[in-house]
Amino acid sequence: MMNRKKKIVIVGGGLAGLALAMKFCERNGEATVVSYQSLKRSHSVCAQGGINAAIDAKNEGDTPEKHFYDTIKGGDFLAHQPLVRDMCYQAPTIIHLMDRMGVAFNRTGEGHLDFRRFGGTLYNRTAFAGATTGQQLVYALDEQVRRHVHDGSAKTLEWHEYLGAVLDSEGICRGAVIHDLRTDEIYTLQADAVVLATGGPGQVYGRSTNSVVNTGAAATTAYLQGAKYANGEFIQIHPTAIPGQDKLRLMSESARGEGGRVWVPRKANDTRNPKKIPENERYYFLEEKYPLFKNLVPRDVASREIYDIVYNQELGVAGDPMVYLDLTHKSREFLDNRLGGIMDIYTKFTGADPRETPMKIFPAVHYSMGGLWTDYGPDSHGLIDHGSPKNQMTSIQGLFAAGEADYQYHGANRLGANSLLSCIYTGLMMARGMMNYVDSLEKSVDDIPSTVFDDSCSHWKNRFSEIKKMKGSENPHKLHLELGEVMLANVLIVRDNESLEKASNEINDIETRFKDVKCLDTEDWANPSPSFINQLYCMIHLSKIITKGALLRNEFRGSHYKPDFDLIQPKDFDPHEYIDYLEQKQYGEVTEGKFPPGHLEYMKRFEENNEKWLKTTVAQYKNDQPDITYEEVNTSLVTPRPRKYD
Amino acid sequence: MTEKTITIKVKRQDTPNTPSYWQTFKVPHRPFANIISCLMEIQKTPTTQDGKNVNPVTWDCNCLEEVCGSCTMVINGQVRQACTALVDNLKKPIVLEPMSKFPVVRDLQVNRERMFENLKKVKAWIEIDGSHNIGEGPIMPDQDRAKRYVMSECMTCGCCLEACPQFTMDNSFLGAATFNQVRLFNLHPSGEMKKEERLDAVMGEGGIADCGNAQVCVEVCPKNIPLTESIGDIGRQTTWQLIKNLLTK
Repeated sequence: MMNRKKKIVIVGGGLAGLALAMKFCERNGEATVVSYQSLKRSHSVCAQGGINAAIDAKNEGDTPEKHFYDTIKGGDFLAHQPLVRDMCYQAPTIIHLMDRMGVAFNRTGEGHLDFRRFGGTLYNRTAFAGATTGQQLVYALDEQVRRHVHDGSAKTLEWHEYLGAVLDSEGICRGAVIHDLRTDEIYTLQADAVVLATGGPGQVYGRSTNSVVNTGAAATTAYLQGAKYANGEFIQIHPTAIPGQDKLRLMSESARGEGGRVWVPRKANDTRNPKKIPENERYYFLEEKYPLFKNLVPRDVASREIYDIVYNQELGVAGDPMVYLDLTHKSREFLDNRLGGIMDIYTKFTGADPRETPMKIFPAVHYSMGGLWTDYGPDSHGLIDHGSPKNQMTSIQGLFAAGEADYQYHGANRLGANSLLSCIYTGLMMARGMMNYVDSLEKSVDDIPSTVFDDSCSHWKNRFSEIKKMKGSENPHKLHLELGEVMLANVLIVRDNESLEKASNEINDIETRFKDVKCLDTEDWANPSPSFINQLYCMIHLSKIITKGALLRNEFRGSHYKPDFDLIQPKDFDPHEYIDYLEQKQYGEVTEGKFPPGHLEYMKRFEENNEKWLKTTVAQYKNDQPDITYEEVNTSLVTPRPRKYD
Repeated sequence: MTEKTITIKVKRQDTPNTPSYWQTFKVPHRPFANIISCLMEIQKTPTTQDGKNVNPVTWDCNCLEEVCGSCTMVINGQVRQACTALVDNLKKPIVLEPMSKFPVVRDLQVNRERMFENLKKVKAWIEIDGSHNIGEGPIMPDQDRAKRYVMSECMTCGCCLEACPQFTMDNSFLGAATFNQVRLFNLHPSGEMKKEERLDAVMGEGGIADCGNAQVCVEVCPKNIPLTESIGDIGRQTTWQLIKNLLTK
């Protein structure tokens, strides 16, 4: 036993990092939270609509099991089922905990938590605090961590950047290399374990709904150091965002959860004021095509439909790539109370008031289902052994990942209001296992020779001094934008192998040009330029993981849509037929006549495709390229079947 | 056709201890551009109006949708968030300065640590027993929740303090944002249990009594938080606390 507290370094001050810091300190550990900026400013604050938990507050018969099924189905069966099930069963406890911490969740007439609808489910399952739920949850966790800082068990290193893991001679992570973004000092932190809770990689696409810090650099550095990166090609495109110069601002799914309707004028290039267009001349395309889920189909489905309306049917508003999201039938008071935050954002950035006129929106890159490969310890009940040291550990021993930076909870497409849940869940869940991990170590970090830390430190010092010497002709910010353009043009909603090949070549070209970058600023104080160049290097590698994963995966699953490999589900197909088919097959008596024409062939195609592609993509860094292999997905609890939402 | 441009004057400072100086940049005009996208343009082409190549301007920002509180600066003399400052609505040339009530780190970046330290002084949190599963939170009328929600949108941006005549770099005045946090937590059924400790923290030097009632804080708050209401309420709460302290201590 060690005669000191267990100490971990948590990189990232968003929901996952803060939740873990709180839990770890409560268990008498010592957590140092490293954050690129002040705490309270992480990207988690941008989450708007809410957080899911099947509390069944509306007496609809909702249960965690249904939440589990909706999540698995929403993710097109690519997520490991025991983990998702455990998360959904923990969700009600998590909401009550956040409520106890003072989150201003909207309430019912009796003063209980109120819930609203979100995409991919038919239940009112989403707790919310106005339309700034992420911000409110971050603040509540930040307050608890601040309390631990006040009491001395947590430390924060704000304005510090994580550069890499310190690996000992056996490849075990023993600490982190840290860069002080003000003094420019580079040094190491010793730790029993290091956790990357560093969020998603939206900046790889240049413009997205993500914040400026979301470069994915920390996760990519782990990959470059040998960690596996999983399901990189699964990038969620959110159906509704406000187009902008510097960023595509999110218009929350809660706008549709509260009754928002998506439509376009039936007549192409109709330039009339939308309020003057009569009902029968409006095309509510989601409602018509998906009479059951209507405007609340999952995000991958909604984004594809909007794309189809704009580019194939050429029905975008006034010929532009935009559709209407309409809330004008709701009262001002209702909108202010339940969606105030996003109503204001739209007004401030476009000058138009969504309470008076329909919003104009278009899909935008939003979330990465993929991330660092992490492990878990299942128990015998289809849930998770919360004490397992394997939980959330990457393929580098002692290096963990949590939140959007990991890959495990959303499969091929994430349901709205599940991301806040997965962030808080992973942060809380992993604390005990990490304690056990530290106990299981044969050799403590205290016994690791100091040369291990010195070597890591000098590696990064050299790297940064080399970056500062870069005097080429390429502007790193312009190169970043070009990378983003390549990704937006070729690796977005609709994918084909020709474009993906083209993107690969163009990324290789950008990688070559990167060597000729100029470091614009070589000062030694509060200088963001060298860090950005290092992040750009990481983004180039991450774009390769995403693009190669997309190129090799010849199927259509969740957010990864390749029309050339669409299995073409018959319009009248019922997913239960597939369960019947599997049962009949088991008894060796599948008869063609038992199914409507064409269905059996479709089901055979589906089964064959799953055998080949219902697998986790795993990228590993070899010879400067991502080497892609595939791993089995744990589908032990519900049988994968075709998705359908109409 | 020549491209329409916008002129931007930036007050720059290389380090906390070196004098500030001005530089002027021209950036292309684009519809719906905000100050952040102009700064991004300068970053791509860091050349002044007179053709001098300089270090790119540094600034803080993150979410770009006015929920993170990072990008506060003084724009045409007015403290505000740079992300929601659309250039079409601003007088030209546009003048950018760092906040003056916090130490400059570099260019438009300032150190707002004092605000975060103040959160600790007033214990701006709820003292939960632990994060284990011990049941539901307190039942609360939605109108109380709504009142708290408005206050809880404070993103520690510092606009209210920059505008406040009472808040200076060399005093210890807590300021509107902190008083608002005291009210936020005192209004919560569990938070209320530590009400007295919070009030004691705002009754000393730099506390609520030092507020000069200039009322400018509420005018500049980007989230329209009723800060003067919060100040008034905390004033009343501390008065009662004072009387109680006199009678019991």
